[in-house]
Amino acid sequence: MITAERKPMAEIRAMLAPYRKILVVGCGSCVAECASGGEKEVGLLASALRMDAKIEGRTIEVREMTIDRQCVYEFIDQLTGIADRYEIILSLGCGAGVQAVAEVFPKMLVIPALNTTFIGETKEPGLWVENCRACGDCKLGYFAAVCPVTRCAKGLFNGPCGGSKNGVCEVDPDSPCAWQLIIERLENAGRSDLLEAIYPPADWSRQQGKGPKKIVREDQRSEG
Amino acid sequence: MKADSNLKSILANNNFAVTAECGPPKGADPGVIRKKGAVLKDHVDSVNVTDNQTGAVRLSSMAACAILKQEGLDPVLQMVTRDRNRIALQSDVLGASSLGIRNILCLSGDHQSFGNQKEAKGVFDLDSIQFVQAVRRMRDEGRIIGGEQLSDPPRLFIGAVANPFADPFDYRVVRLAKKVAAGAEFIQTQCIYNLKRFAEWMRQVRERGLDKKVFILGGVTPLKSVRMAEYMSRQVAGMDVPDGIINRMRGVDPKDQRREGIRIAVETVGALKEMEGVHGVHIMAIEWEDVVPQIVEEAGLYPRPRTSEE
Repeated sequence: MITAERKPMAEIRAMLAPYRKILVVGCGSCVAECASGGEKEVGLLASALRMDAKIEGRTIEVREMTIDRQCVYEFIDQLTGIADRYEIILSLGCGAGVQAVAEVFPKMLVIPALNTTFIGETKEPGLWVENCRACGDCKLGYFAAVCPVTRCAKGLFNGPCGGSKNGVCEVDPDSPCAWQLIIERLENAGRSDLLEAIYPPADWSRQQGKGPKKIVREDQRSEG
Repeated sequence: MKADSNLKSILANNNFAVTAECGPPKGADPGVIRKKGAVLKDHVDSVNVTDNQTGAVRLSSMAACAILKQEGLDPVLQMVTRDRNRIALQSDVLGASSLGIRNILCLSGDHQSFGNQKEAKGVFDLDSIQFVQAVRRMRDEGRIIGGEQLSDPPRLFIGAVANPFADPFDYRVVRLAKKVAAGAEFIQTQCIYNLKRFAEWMRQVRERGLDKKVFILGGVTPLKSVRMAEYMSRQVAGMDVPDGIINRMRGVDPKDQRREGIRIAVETVGALKEMEGVHGVHIMAIEWEDVVPQIVEEAGLYPRPRTSEE
């Protein structure tokens, strides 16, 4: 999933300061799973904004809406006819959601309530870890399903640096050394041979070669 | 001025090589480099210049190497992949050769989070092994990554590093083998305090016949104090300072600890001289370059052999 964390309240308050009519829009997908932008978090944030206004003696109008996916137009359409009654949309979607909503409502300002952080997994309740950088050229098959691009602090393709000690990374003692994991998993799988091979330089053009990436699938492009 | 690498000649003639490390200043004064160069010149074969070590901004390694070259030394240009993508790396390799620098040491570099620019973007477009391979192909095939032909190949003796004290231990020799396969001609190791572990690593190196394919220079760093020993042991990952060494430093009066650190360094050099497959030592006296001549002399490695000049 795409993970995100709520921005500090001070930053959100500062961005909202000029506005009185606010539509707070959550997303029921990834950011709901990581408890940062779902219906519950929309409710909490809207309440906080109303509370702020009350304490400061301001009148504001805050409406809460959570749609299933903020990155898909069909779902965003649920805001049509509602959005234009507000001065601003405060989105609790990921960066993709914020921009998709803005695309659908070209005349409206949309501001993010979250900092989109990474593609990752729910490791345990309350703990999410990054494990994919969307490099566009998945190499997990060579590295026993442990991504060196993401999980090695230096993104090394040819083995651990000199900072691997007792299974952890020198950069962050709370992070396992990705290469320790790769070596153990390849050895357990009887594929130590892969450890001897020199992996060539990566093709980063698949990640950032010509600006934003696109996927075009003719088989998915129905008319109408 | 020699037109080829002095380090390469020394090693090729079966001499036990001595290299030292010179850290550039956090400032623009070339005098600091000249002074360190003058201290080291007669006592070592080549001098490494570190490349923004620990991720802290310092005078550039390339510039410092050019200054040392002017002063008649044989510099080893350390270049890390942390700060440069493959365009900049390959460009600087050509630039180094054009300045008469004849040795390069290819590293990934200390992670930027340890330095004084923690917000910097770590590049790591290539890793150290890919970088070694790229330099080797530039030199031997005259081609850059992707295959384009150079008008004139760089002339460089190509080195890499090895850390026998990091984990997983049994993979360390595999990684060395990969560096050799990628094209490394000489290896400088992490500082050696745990001779037992280093000897075990060297046994694995010999078992694979790697000592016949690459020149190995053992790293030696004299300790200044028991505090430094404790710091290195606890705070620097991949550094192995056994309790025996720490206790030995603690056992002497603080004012004599430098002397004891030098003694340990000299003993380590002595042990490395006797170890099969070790072709030299690399003395990294951190901000203490002027102790290097004493270590070299006490270790019986002075005077240095003269190689033929062009």
